[in-house]
Amino acid sequence: MWDYTEKVKDHFINPRNVGEIENPDGVGEVGSLACGDALKLTFKLDKNGRIADVKFKTFGCASAIASSSILTELIKGKTIEEAEKVTNKDIANYLGGLPEQKMHCSVMGREALEAAIENYRTGGTKKHELQGRVICTCFGVTENEIETVIKENDLKTVGEVTNYCKAGGGCGGCRGEIEKIIERVRNLEHKPKTETIEKPKKLTNIQKIQLIQETINEQIRPSIRAHGGNIELIDVEGDKVTIAFRGMCVQCKMAEFTMKEVIEAKLREFVTPELYVEEDKDSLNKPHTHRE
Amino acid sequence: MQTIYLDNNATSKVADEVMEKIQPYFCNLYGNPSSMHTFGGQIANSVKIARQQAAQLLHCEPDEIIFTAGGTESDNAAINGTIASLPHKRKIITTRVEHPAVLHVCRELENHGYNLVELPVDRTGQIDLNQLEDELDDDTAIVSIMYANNETGTIFPIDRIAKMVKEKGIIFHTDAVQAVGKIPLDLSKSNIDLLSLSGHKLHAPKGIGILYVKKGTRLAPFMLGGHQEANRRAGTENVPGIVGMGVACELAAKNLEEENNKVKILRDKLEAGILNSCPNSFVNGDINNRLPNTSNISFEYIEGESILLMMDRHGICASSGSACTSGSLEPSHVLRSMGVPFTAAHGSIRFSLSRYNTQTEIDFVIEKIPPIIKRLRELSPFVSKDF
Repeated sequence: MWDYTEKVKDHFINPRNVGEIENPDGVGEVGSLACGDALKLTFKLDKNGRIADVKFKTFGCASAIASSSILTELIKGKTIEEAEKVTNKDIANYLGGLPEQKMHCSVMGREALEAAIENYRTGGTKKHELQGRVICTCFGVTENEIETVIKENDLKTVGEVTNYCKAGGGCGGCRGEIEKIIERVRNLEHKPKTETIEKPKKLTNIQKIQLIQETINEQIRPSIRAHGGNIELIDVEGDKVTIAFRGMCVQCKMAEFTMKEVIEAKLREFVTPELYVEEDKDSLNKPHTHRE
Repeated sequence: MQTIYLDNNATSKVADEVMEKIQPYFCNLYGNPSSMHTFGGQIANSVKIARQQAAQLLHCEPDEIIFTAGGTESDNAAINGTIASLPHKRKIITTRVEHPAVLHVCRELENHGYNLVELPVDRTGQIDLNQLEDELDDDTAIVSIMYANNETGTIFPIDRIAKMVKEKGIIFHTDAVQAVGKIPLDLSKSNIDLLSLSGHKLHAPKGIGILYVKKGTRLAPFMLGGHQEANRRAGTENVPGIVGMGVACELAAKNLEEENNKVKILRDKLEAGILNSCPNSFVNGDINNRLPNTSNISFEYIEGESILLMMDRHGICASSGSACTSGSLEPSHVLRSMGVPFTAAHGSIRFSLSRYNTQTEIDFVIEKIPPIIKRLRELSPFVSKDF
């Protein structure tokens, strides 16, 4: 059970400003049914340019509903310029805090507000637009969004980034990328390693094979699995790594590309730069002979 | 506030009869069954009786019962123990809808180079038996398929599956944690080699489980140490747990009919009551082959955690397959494997009853749920005003 503050419970049970304003001055929509939470924010300005009325509709858990509700209270009576300054931290603070894993609910509130202000100013799309390169394909999170949550909330680990914007919380295939973004934003030099994999200077054959298997397990398999496929390490001879595709990958026309651009690249990055990858097509027809 | 407990697939109340029997084993009969003195040695007899009680429920021999610390340990021990005793075989077959205690063990073995096949399921949560048959080969070490699914209650045709697997000379394990005590199960007529069960799902305490190992099955021990459980599971016996498990098994055998009549009638009433009064809701799972106590209902366009918290205010306890309740970001792997749309997976609620539930409780729940669903839909941006 989540440890929600009394304020969160109050705003969940008695949400303020529920609904939709007709002919609003600004509309912002974020999230989707697939993601598990979504928010539609509408507001109307008075003649002095202050937010006279604001309403929300939210699909999501208690903290998503509470974050939306408190957001409407926070911006009511403010000018656009003042409202624009509200951050996800403000939302969480006014609620007396949110559980770490629920911080993305406060981020959703801020994004809806941004989208609504954008809509008011340009009259453009109401939807929260994806800007920049998509890093997390499971939840559709872009590089810009990840950078923003890292900066605004002083995040240090991939787990924290997942809590704040969901990126990396699906198949896990983008965790390496998120780590690089954290390092870049925090101005650290890029080190091609993760917490679990240490690269020794000179590898013995046994160490090399173990490192290849670990790299496949942690850096490669998650994203292949997310596409309904799988990968098996068949053999390692010198610098030649033989792998076999399983499941959906077997018929996939992209498999060849995946092998060179993803698998080989990852193995070179995490093991040694001399490695090259070949696919063992024979093992498909007689899958178990290689074990003998 | 009263508590209406409809979350028995998560854990269940310790039966009064069980509690009464185990109490003396904490402060009076606290001896070690392995001791040479009478004070300790007499406890061995209590363990023996419990083993017989469990064997009677499962229709097996007492020495085919190994007491463990729970369902998760039994699953780990069955799969890892089989793999360790068959080092030349490299393939493992399971399903996509297993409990994590099976699925994560298999995926860890995959990380160590084993070839893992996770069979997909159809919309009702059933696997394709032809597909299973095609996968069975000489390289297969173990097939692990649950007896009944914990989230939907879907019952698999385990006796047929076990026969199919046995004919190929492959070890068959089933996680029967949700099935034992709810549906009849006869191991004397089955080809099951290994079966896991958990005490706290059938009114015994937490921290006690059983691994059934068919006589003659090779299994490397999982927990190493002393000679307990005929060298198959080391560690001083959890005597109160074991005694409680024995009594719970005896009670389960006695109450099996009630589970399939009274509990099923209550479940059906609850389900019909909710479906009739809540539009855009439907049942997940195989309604023709389902545990008598389980109902998994999806409420479209709203989110499960919100439903649970609203229900909690009335003292109603249940579970959800929504992402938010698990602390992960994705909804139930079981519902997703079944192809339940996201619109419905996030809003799924599992009600799981027990023989302790009453008509009055069910009537109360049927009355309280519809306004909760209506209220949350009024908040949802995916529902139009006139819903």
